[in-house]
Amino acid sequence: MNASAWEIWGVIAALGAGTFLLRFSFLGLLGDRNLPPLVLRLLRYTPVAVFPGIIAPLVAFPAATDGVFDPARGVAAAVTLGLAVATRNLLLALFGGGAALYLGLWLF
Amino acid sequence: MGSTTAKSSFARGAVQGLPYVLVIVPFGLLFGVVGAEAGLNIAQVMGFTVLVIAGAAQFTAVQLMTENAPVLLVLAASLTVNLRMAMYSASLVPHLGRAPLWKRALVAYVMVDQCYAPAIVEYETHPSMTVGAKVAFVLGVAAPIVPMWYLATFVGATLGATVPEAWALDFALPMTFIAMVGPLLRTLPHVSAAIVSAVLSLLLADLPPGVGLMLAAAIAVVVGASVETWQERRK
Repeated sequence: MNASAWEIWGVIAALGAGTFLLRFSFLGLLGDRNLPPLVLRLLRYTPVAVFPGIIAPLVAFPAATDGVFDPARGVAAAVTLGLAVATRNLLLALFGGGAALYLGLWLF
Repeated sequence: MGSTTAKSSFARGAVQGLPYVLVIVPFGLLFGVVGAEAGLNIAQVMGFTVLVIAGAAQFTAVQLMTENAPVLLVLAASLTVNLRMAMYSASLVPHLGRAPLWKRALVAYVMVDQCYAPAIVEYETHPSMTVGAKVAFVLGVAAPIVPMWYLATFVGATLGATVPEAWALDFALPMTFIAMVGPLLRTLPHVSAAIVSAVLSLLLADLPPGVGLMLAAAIAVVVGASVETWQERRK
């Protein structure tokens, strides 16, 4: 990480303030005004639009192998996703994916 | 009488918050470890956890800072992850809107996913609760969750750099994100948005850090909403 201590604290402070304002927004400032349906509809998809975009490059080009696709990490990602979709249980998906990762690292 | 109701609401909330500690503790440990491995000192890791108190956004910020993305892009991406909080806030207005300002501010601070979920279910199943009892309930839910989040992060950050490379903890972050997103992939619009985001971020991977992600996410949000609209018209 190249960020200076000032930049890191700047990110922490701004992200803290911004997150609080998002949580406080309607409850504290805007009252019971309703969001336009289109905005609600777009907000609904922000998590599924952001996370896969972060995840995909980390899985395809892992930093630990200098960006070369790693079968163990690929399989672990697939197992985690399968378990997460099938069980909707975050911990189960993580433990299953972790088991697949260590098995894969040992095998390959 | 009023205080009795508030006390029992707080206690019921605390009982409902307790199981989430099982999720919060590994998550907090992981953020501590990932933050320390990324080069943050303990004060900075704890600064994230106490001031931001939003795990997914914290991970996003640390990941993008590790990739040396510009500060504004780090903030834009991390706040986008938190946009759902505005929806939470809007949905709480009918229940908590008449509470005193300082209580609403306190509730806003602790409104993490794990506190919101039990609270909104409780309010909708017991609409006759007083505003005071509703505030007490959500603070009760937060009572076991928030301190354990701080503590787990602190322990993780302390262990941080001592974790051997063979443990492959580099991959803990992508796996955590996958485990979080999996349960959300329950409708066609959600799946479409996720696929578009993943494919575009790979195609745009050569752009400067953070730029490809923002483009991919913006297009994916529109795709998700469009598929939902298209589904409604077909009915």
